[in-house]
Amino acid sequence: MVSSPMLRFTIRRVFLGALTLLAVCVIVFAATQILPGDAARAVLGRNATPERLMEIRAQLQLDRPMIIQFWSWFSGILTGDPGQSLVNGMRVIDIVYPRAVNSAVLLVLTFLASVPLSIALGVIAALYVGRVVDTSLSVIALALAALPEFVVGILLILLLSTSLFHIFPAVSLVPPGSSVLQNPIILVMPVLTLSVVCFPYLFRMTRSAVLEVLASEYIEMARLKGISTLRLVFLHALPNALAPVVQVVALTLAYLAGGVVLVEFVFGYPGIGQGLLDAVVARDIPVIQLTVLLLATVYVLLNLVADLIAMLLTPKMSARQWQTT
Amino acid sequence: MANDLISKNRSGSGYALWRRMSELKAGLVGLAIGLIIIGGALIGPLLATVSPTDFVGAPFDPPSQDAMLGTDFMGRDVLSRVLHGGTQILGLSALATVIGVLIGTLLGIVGGYLKGRTDDIIMRLLDVAMAFPQTVLALLFISIVGPKSWLIAILVAAIHIPQVARVMRSVALRVSEEDYIRYAEAIGVSMTRIITREILPNLTAPLMVELGLRFTYSIALIAGLGFLGLMADPSIPDWGMMVNENRIGLLSNAWAVATPVLILAVLTIGTNIFADSLGRSNRGMPSGPADDPKDDEKLSAGKTLETNSDNAAGEIRG
Repeated sequence: MVSSPMLRFTIRRVFLGALTLLAVCVIVFAATQILPGDAARAVLGRNATPERLMEIRAQLQLDRPMIIQFWSWFSGILTGDPGQSLVNGMRVIDIVYPRAVNSAVLLVLTFLASVPLSIALGVIAALYVGRVVDTSLSVIALALAALPEFVVGILLILLLSTSLFHIFPAVSLVPPGSSVLQNPIILVMPVLTLSVVCFPYLFRMTRSAVLEVLASEYIEMARLKGISTLRLVFLHALPNALAPVVQVVALTLAYLAGGVVLVEFVFGYPGIGQGLLDAVVARDIPVIQLTVLLLATVYVLLNLVADLIAMLLTPKMSARQWQTT
Repeated sequence: MANDLISKNRSGSGYALWRRMSELKAGLVGLAIGLIIIGGALIGPLLATVSPTDFVGAPFDPPSQDAMLGTDFMGRDVLSRVLHGGTQILGLSALATVIGVLIGTLLGIVGGYLKGRTDDIIMRLLDVAMAFPQTVLALLFISIVGPKSWLIAILVAAIHIPQVARVMRSVALRVSEEDYIRYAEAIGVSMTRIITREILPNLTAPLMVELGLRFTYSIALIAGLGFLGLMADPSIPDWGMMVNENRIGLLSNAWAVATPVLILAVLTIGTNIFADSLGRSNRGMPSGPADDPKDDEKLSAGKTLETNSDNAAGEIRG
């Protein structure tokens, strides 16, 4: 029975994911409760008038027991009505949704740009292991892995958007009402930055996975039979190196769910990360809550996907190992 | 056992020896780069001839005789602010690294040595902690509580704990199987003594790697927070904050942005090279983290990329 431990693992993993999401909800909610003093006063700051205070208190339902507050917020999230912004009274979902779409555009383009390139370079490095190509790519990856996201972004701006080469706009300004897709040029710098940030992880994982496969006996056998390098890579090496690679792709995307915050801030890109920072400055709690929750959901789901893909692609794993994971 | 023989064989060959030495050399270069910048940041405030808060000219003046790197967005001396700007970042990073690695190592050793139920509970808790998007949650707390230095140090340390604990557990697990540990147990040495006197000294090498890695990561996180304007005291000059403050004047005085960015880049690259080459040279040593054939399985089982020292600072930052 191969499927039974797999099934058990899947159920356990999905259950853990759901539990994590619930825990995130509780933490996100609880975080607003630890605001020193009255949350309404903290939100309004110096603009607090008695009327506004009453209004915000009613809106935050501060007069009701905490568990009821949590439930009304939580059920609002589940039914797609997470409340209104404290700053301008707009529905939170109308603020967060368009920004989430913009961020999704960024992530998809980054995915399309960096995954094939990084994997290809990883395979090349593995094929020419120890040679100049491999050494230089590995050194570059090691250096890039160390750099903070915003440092990568600013370095690219210094290189491509200032006096040195003035090619791409340094700021991703979008006229209100128009989509980022109508101004594709502004996507170049953020996508390039995110791709550079992702490259080391994807490259290193591909390289070491392919290296491991290339060292195996059946590859040696295929080589002795005189198979061409292309066939070797595409028919034998890559398919067997796929599990860790696909997994690191999913994990990289999950990491990007947090990484976009800084990169969007570098370029003023109208995405969810920039929106989160704006909301943090304005102390717009409902917007912060929904944004954090959304990013957390993406993160948890992609981690789940990564684990399940790894399981499906490595059937040789014994049941015992899955249980201990 | 066979693996031991193979790795000993490998490290004995001329090529491997050359490789190892060249890696150590790279590590020394990394270490030197890191130490130069850290040392510069520590004595920087003594070298500065102008106060970092004095106004010495118009905003974004290009470099001149008086201000070698020009002035910033408020007309303050960029050189002086750069010299002062590392103390806070490096101090907080060091603090967060030490706290995170200390607690992570303790949890890892206790889990790896005691095994059984204690280990299970610790590992489950760490799994849950790692399933959280840590950076985003850290942002949430900073936005709610406000940017306090202690909060930043604690949050960054908390982000390190699960990952450090996993690595240290896998090493401690292996060390605790050694004969001398069995012997110590048999003659009735106390648990605390076994952990502190027998296990801990054998973890020095992976501990150094973790310290290097986590320090690199701490700097990246804390500089990022400064860049976002979330540092405790905006009046303290800070490399991350400088980048953000001065980027509107990029075309007038690019040095106000380029200097702190380049310092951060060189510093993180240096510490990462150091940690990476240390991790590589540990391989083949009895307690080196990547010498375990099981690591590859773990890697494809995919809980973490941490156990493979090939991934120095290459782990996915949640």
